[in-house]
Amino acid sequence: MPESKEIRERMIRIAEIIIEELKLEDITPKSFDPDMDLVDELGVDSMDLATVALVLQDEYGVFIDEDDYPKLKTVRLIAEYVQSRLQGRKDRDS
Amino acid sequence: MQTVSTLLDKDWYERYKAISRLNIRSSIYDVTNRCNLRCKGCFFFSSDEHKAAPEEEDSGKWEEFVERERQRGVNLAILIGGEPTLYLDRVEAFYKRLPTYCATNGLIRIPRDRFPGLMVGISVWGDEEDEKLLRGRDVFAVSSRNYAGDPDTYYLYTITPRQLGRTERVIRKIADVGLKVHMQLLSNDEGVNGFSWTPSQLAEIRVEMDAMLDRYPRTVISCRYYHEVITTGRMLGRPFSWSECPSVTEPLDNRAPRPKRLIRFIRWAADLKTMHRCCTSATRDCTTCKDGAAHMSWVMVNKRAHMRSARDLQNWIEIYEMFAKLYRFIPW
Repeated sequence: MPESKEIRERMIRIAEIIIEELKLEDITPKSFDPDMDLVDELGVDSMDLATVALVLQDEYGVFIDEDDYPKLKTVRLIAEYVQSRLQGRKDRDS
Repeated sequence: MQTVSTLLDKDWYERYKAISRLNIRSSIYDVTNRCNLRCKGCFFFSSDEHKAAPEEEDSGKWEEFVERERQRGVNLAILIGGEPTLYLDRVEAFYKRLPTYCATNGLIRIPRDRFPGLMVGISVWGDEEDEKLLRGRDVFAVSSRNYAGDPDTYYLYTITPRQLGRTERVIRKIADVGLKVHMQLLSNDEGVNGFSWTPSQLAEIRVEMDAMLDRYPRTVISCRYYHEVITTGRMLGRPFSWSECPSVTEPLDNRAPRPKRLIRFIRWAADLKTMHRCCTSATRDCTTCKDGAAHMSWVMVNKRAHMRSARDLQNWIEIYEMFAKLYRFIPW
């Protein structure tokens, strides 16, 4: 299934947050491979993820459980996680 | 952009992947305020930490506390004291629920039928002469009889300046009883004469520690980068200090900006309510702290800072592997 424009844009925004928070060089949000393993390739650790999660929580108003960090391996998986949290909230509100 | 796989060759990358998701969440617990020794330079007694809080004596309370710690996400309990083996029911409360490491002076043998596989670290402070001087007796003579050949035990050798040129004899004695050893340096919290490190002594002991690692690779659990960091007090050009230390109790950590640190780390007093400031004495001058675990953790939490070159990242991997071996997250 082709990815929606919404997911694509969210992935770019998440890549932007990661680049900014982790002070990554030589990469742009658009050139960021959404399937790159953040731990195995970027060397991200759980404190880095906690920093990113705080920004995501502020931006999207979704709670990211620390126990879920191991699932958040790539930008795509983070975008899908945020999406499912937003969807869950929408379903509860409707 | 540099990534882990572009920096490392295949073998190093596999080593990296074997440890990259371990997510070790340690905390430290004072099991008791009592000890059956009174060593000169022991941070616990020299800074009156044994008076910080009364001991919780109800075994049921210990069990409830450890369960709460498990739910808090702790996956490595490091038991210190006082002397934990004086209260085996408290040790058992941890052992039954969490991967547990028990620091001990080794005078009491932990019964292996009750605690199979419990990780044990025995303190040794030098050869017979220095142990008698600092600890009042040759503790090694007893501890080595109690634990000879134990596959889940190693010695934690606190090296003092007086041990310069004499470490090999201690390492060999440990090898001869079939145990392994990890080395750290005395911080000399009590200012015992002749036991404070000078810069030249630190440089000399680094060379000696490297030599011990080369000569006794099956006995010594260590790596050269650890020797460099612990003896120079520097990592990637940064000096170790309060503003860099990773082992500060999280709820008491009001540093700003907050450095990279151990997540969820707390050092608990034996009342199970009081928290100590950090993994060692709150009265210690952080700029001269030689705590081995704090320095290892300092490197470990600064992984991405080590991604500036292949050698730096390999150094980081070696320290992480060493820590993971010491606490049996990976085999020796």
